[in-house]
Amino acid sequence: MQPILDTTAYAQAVQQLAIALLERHPNLNNTVLVGIQQGGVVLGWDLVRQLRKESGLQDLEMGLLDITFYRDDFRTSILAPDRMNIPFSIEDKTVILIDDVLFTGRTIKAALDVLLDYGRPGRVELLVLADRKEHRQFPIQADYVALTVSTQRSQKLKLLSAEGGGQTLVLLES
Amino acid sequence: MQLSTRHLLGIKELTPSDISLILSTAEQFKEVLQRPVKKVPSLRDVTIVNLFYENSTRTRFSFELAQKRLSADTLNFAASSSSAAKGETLLDTVNNILSMKVDMVVIRHSSSGAPHFLAQHIPAAIVNAGDGINEHPTQALLDAFSITEKYGQLKGRKVAIIGDILHSRVAQSNIHLLNKMGAEVVVCGPPTLIPKHIQSAWNVTVSYDLKETLNWCEVANVLRIQLERQNQVLFSSLREYRLHYGINRQLLDGLQKPITVMHPGPINRGVELDSDVADSHQSIILQQVENGVAVRMAVLYLLSNRNLA
Repeated sequence: MQPILDTTAYAQAVQQLAIALLERHPNLNNTVLVGIQQGGVVLGWDLVRQLRKESGLQDLEMGLLDITFYRDDFRTSILAPDRMNIPFSIEDKTVILIDDVLFTGRTIKAALDVLLDYGRPGRVELLVLADRKEHRQFPIQADYVALTVSTQRSQKLKLLSAEGGGQTLVLLES
Repeated sequence: MQLSTRHLLGIKELTPSDISLILSTAEQFKEVLQRPVKKVPSLRDVTIVNLFYENSTRTRFSFELAQKRLSADTLNFAASSSSAAKGETLLDTVNNILSMKVDMVVIRHSSSGAPHFLAQHIPAAIVNAGDGINEHPTQALLDAFSITEKYGQLKGRKVAIIGDILHSRVAQSNIHLLNKMGAEVVVCGPPTLIPKHIQSAWNVTVSYDLKETLNWCEVANVLRIQLERQNQVLFSSLREYRLHYGINRQLLDGLQKPITVMHPGPINRGVELDSDVADSHQSIILQQVENGVAVRMAVLYLLSNRNLA
């Protein structure tokens, strides 16, 4: 297990993402946040807290998106679904899709499929903590990236909760 | 997490963790059914045949809708309008259908054990949609889902199953499920409609007193009097049945606490249930029907895993 970000570096990365997001969307007008289960939801809530701090906006909401029923590989390893909850309309909104790691691009492709079943967003942007750029299998890139990590295909990049609060990002050998 | 079985033959064959997995997956499918597009692509490469050798409205529609919501391809078979009417055997019918590359078979049959027979002889996943007087597992699962939705959990719930227990596959599946999940069960009905050794064979209490049973329970699952399965006189008249075991408004209002009323349908109005009970706020009969689709989606989804033993 190789640490990539400790809790302090993670908090800085979240702050950096929040500032970049507010730069492009001041006051987050007509903009909604949607976190992808499970890492994207963890990052998403941390981002919401940071956005409140940076912008003073208190009524920020985040939707939870689960791609289990849309996976292209589920027939061979069926997975129990996570909670899905998008309690607001995404019609004509700018949707900020949030995930912890961008890897092959398949999760994001599935997440876009889910999103379109909820309505017709005006625009979708992708925000990720870490990008494993060299392993992309679909033509998908992120609009906001905190860091790019060079990895082996077989390795796993994962958010882990730290004892005493906060998150760390670690690289695992499979 | 995956199921311990590749077929859904009965609740008897499921483990408590199978039941929990189906119920928690159904919860997510219920959310799918509230979306603007009430459909997911999960089973788009799966073909399912619905073999209904016995009449059904609710169950057949519910399965069909569940399959459509999962993007599966479906074939419908009704015994009355098919070659079965020309004398083809069940196995021949199914083998012919399977040679058209079908992955799953949903079967309802008047003979107990028909789904088990198919499971032994053909390679597809089998889902029991009701077999004779044996089991109706998806009904018990949707009943359990509806109780859980209302009360939070099944463990410790007091559930009464009322009416024709003898001919009821719904009762049998429900008793197995409630037992496995730690609920308390009382069965109530006329002595002639309750199997003799049920109390010792299954972990249930028998009562012949409707009022006492209703005062004890939190949920009353009221069964239909199955006139079509009775080949001898087990009670003297529907009027007499109604008098002793029919649930009416006056009876419910006289109880110490409000209870929830369930019924698997179709209702014999004015026999086992009066309209002012069936259509009241205490009844969750229509929620049961709604939940049926989500529960069946969960079952089909989980059984489509090709790695099941």
